[in-house]
Amino acid sequence: MSAGTLDQTARDAVASACAQVDDAAPADAVDGVAPALVARPSSPDQVAEVLRAAAAHRLTVVPRGRGTKMTWGLPPASADLVLDLAGLDRVLDHAAGDLIVAAQAGARLRDVQDAVAGARQRLAIDETVPGASIGGTLATNVSGPRRMLVGTARDLLIGITVVRADGVRAKAGGRVVKNVAGYDLGKLLIGSYGTLAVITEALFRLHPLEDARRWVTVEVDDAGRAHEAASAVVHAQAVPTAVEVDWPAGSGGTRGTVSVLLEGRPQGVETRARTVASLLGSGAQGSEEEPAGWAAYPWGEGDVGLKLTFVLSGLGDVLGAARESGVHVRGSAGTGVLYGSVPGDDADAVGSALGRLREVCGRHQGHVVVVDGPAEVKRSVDVWGTVPGQGLMQRVKDQFDPEHRLAPGRFVGGI
Amino acid sequence: MATTELHERSTDHGALAAVERRARELLSREGVISDHQRLRTYECDGLAHYRVTPALVVIPEDAEQLAGVVEACAHNRVPFVARGSGTGLSGGALPHAEGVLVVTSRMRAIREVRPQDQRAVVEPGVINLDVTRAAAPHGYYYAPDPSSQQICSIGGNLAENSGGAHCLKYGFTSNHVLGAELVTPQGEIVEIGGAAPDTPGYDLLGAVVGSEGTLGVVTSATVRLVRLPEEVRTLLVGFETTDHAGAATSAIIAAGILPAAIEMMDALAIEAAEAAVHCNYPAGAGAVLVIELDGAAAEVAAEFDEVERLCRDNGSFEQRVATDPTDRALIWKGRKSAFAAVGRISPDYIVQDGVIPRTALPEVLKAIAELSESSGVRVANVFHAGDGNLHPLVLFDDSVEGAGEAAEKVSGAILDLCIGHGGSITGEHGVGVDKAKYMPRMYDEDDLDTMQLVRCAFDPDNVSNPGKIFPTPRLCGEVPGRHKGVHPLQDAGLAEVF
Repeated sequence: MSAGTLDQTARDAVASACAQVDDAAPADAVDGVAPALVARPSSPDQVAEVLRAAAAHRLTVVPRGRGTKMTWGLPPASADLVLDLAGLDRVLDHAAGDLIVAAQAGARLRDVQDAVAGARQRLAIDETVPGASIGGTLATNVSGPRRMLVGTARDLLIGITVVRADGVRAKAGGRVVKNVAGYDLGKLLIGSYGTLAVITEALFRLHPLEDARRWVTVEVDDAGRAHEAASAVVHAQAVPTAVEVDWPAGSGGTRGTVSVLLEGRPQGVETRARTVASLLGSGAQGSEEEPAGWAAYPWGEGDVGLKLTFVLSGLGDVLGAARESGVHVRGSAGTGVLYGSVPGDDADAVGSALGRLREVCGRHQGHVVVVDGPAEVKRSVDVWGTVPGQGLMQRVKDQFDPEHRLAPGRFVGGI
Repeated sequence: MATTELHERSTDHGALAAVERRARELLSREGVISDHQRLRTYECDGLAHYRVTPALVVIPEDAEQLAGVVEACAHNRVPFVARGSGTGLSGGALPHAEGVLVVTSRMRAIREVRPQDQRAVVEPGVINLDVTRAAAPHGYYYAPDPSSQQICSIGGNLAENSGGAHCLKYGFTSNHVLGAELVTPQGEIVEIGGAAPDTPGYDLLGAVVGSEGTLGVVTSATVRLVRLPEEVRTLLVGFETTDHAGAATSAIIAAGILPAAIEMMDALAIEAAEAAVHCNYPAGAGAVLVIELDGAAAEVAAEFDEVERLCRDNGSFEQRVATDPTDRALIWKGRKSAFAAVGRISPDYIVQDGVIPRTALPEVLKAIAELSESSGVRVANVFHAGDGNLHPLVLFDDSVEGAGEAAEKVSGAILDLCIGHGGSITGEHGVGVDKAKYMPRMYDEDDLDTMQLVRCAFDPDNVSNPGKIFPTPRLCGEVPGRHKGVHPLQDAGLAEVF
């Protein structure tokens, strides 16, 4: 359905559910798919009202936080309505003594960090996509270098409030970190790309900000050497916050880097940095400044962005294959999660690089997913790849959104 | 096989007989138990005041056998309950009187230990501590350490999302499991998650871990191995009151220190531990803290000095440090034996498990003391102070008329205190059968209904550990492509489904 064909009664129903409803502008297109309307609720109640109206009129709905990742995943099969959550932008509660924070879905990750920084605390999710909202960060499960020590959103989210496709509000988890009462719906919502329910509020555990930090970086010129350097640190006892690799595409001789972040008390960091420097080998340099490209995905406008996962022993093979395939990779060598960038102007080249990397990552028990890229390229390749448990995933989707109206087609297996 | 079973579905007894017959086809003779005397040995888990004798016990040796039995259960609508070592404290593995108890104790292989990938692949009956024992020669260990770790199984740990003293820093089971082979309640064998991080698609494993056996049975788990720390230091600190110990805890956290564990015991819990294991805790203490710091040596040294100072500033009167494993074990002995030790000072007791925001600790402890005083029911407090997870031990003598009820009432009132302070009715023991009735105090109807959507996706017929977690089951409704219930003609034995 496009703006011109959306039924007037449906339009009126959405307009009466929420104070601000507008015809969609070209910039509201979701990965090339033009919606008819954009609803901008200012409260969770309005989110529920809008979703009830959409349910009554069987409208397809694509949730949007700050709109920084609308080209991630597959283009939706249909998008009658964009549900814009930027109006739900409040950091609700920061209980410093309990190391928790609650925020609405449209609040920026940055706003949350600002709110808790005064107590020398942080939400330990790296801002890999500048300006991203809390809701979008959860829905796409983004993570950065820090994941090595503290994990990802699933390890930090302790409570969640959502509105279902039928407009029913529900919560799971709570305000305490340790809690096993009921199913952990938060984990299901993380990385679900808006296909299960609309996140309205999230509660997180926080971590203390460390007093001191130091990066130790070594340049290396072959994949085997990069693997050795990273492994030496990963299997030692220096407890790094992050072990990252940055591995540009290019012919032999192009140099890449392995960088280690250490955080803690000043004397502790100094001692550990010396240990890490000797583990990384000759040429390792310490710095108070983060290396170029730190916590940033390697792709730019027009590129295709990939996410590669593998078990740790596969690092050398994956780096080697990436370079041979013309893919610049960067990411967490310490956990086996790298992000790749390949120019998006040649779909065949993307397809063949993807095939090669899937073969290598698959051999090391991982996956390759096309995260971002031009819609036409994404339509020509297998974006999500083969995923175990797809039948069960479909059944979960059928229960939460039986009419398949939430972000239809953006996710794994056409979900 | 399907046809004969359907013909015999006219009574529940027939359905069970069909499952038993299928089990005997699939399993060895020792793997199927139907003798009433032997069935009774499985009548309870670690929460022994709930007892139900199962109709049948099966002890499969592999995933295929287990899946075959579950498939027969699904086909005949016979409920089943999975059980590991049976150490759970919420009745999560309480059998179903008309159902099958699936025991995983013969699935005990540690299939892979791969320190280079920081992974191990283990079967569900493997004992928690055995994973660490297998990994330790490589310099690694399995971090979740429930107090029962010498006997509890990994399968049970997954079901309950078990914690332990060290989850303050290292997290719970769900933070340490990356992949699983799951037998769904329909009897399919499905891989979820994987050895590498962030498997694409919904985080089904995140839903399964902690679902208390209601979403299927895990037959293999890929777990994370964690590098052994370079240094571990354990500090035993005596305080005059729990208020002082609580203040010290808050001060440590406020200083930006994240110890591996901060455990507290009050005077009554100390008395019990002394009587049982002679742990020689500081004499006259109204409370002790056990604080453990681990990590890189240089970091631990710096933090340790600060922790000692913060304890002194908050009124500690005695501090003892353990740096070698023997001394450390002695300090932990008192804490880890605390539940059982209470048996020395009271014939009966209820182990409660509630959670509060850490900052509410002084207030809640005061309220528990008042409850105890007004009711005349003694309460010993043992808890994970760092994360606000309380384990009040409510003492009573069951031979005294009404004592059990009075204790039950105090125990329930403690949960209300937790909920009232924004906490949880369970931090690590699970809801099981014991706390299902408290779930509506924590979640409203829509919350519970939404959780049960997951249940309906995995187990539309409600055969996998029914009656646990949720006070009332949700009707799952029509699912596209499958028929609800048995057709009346099948039920009457007049038609067959192929």
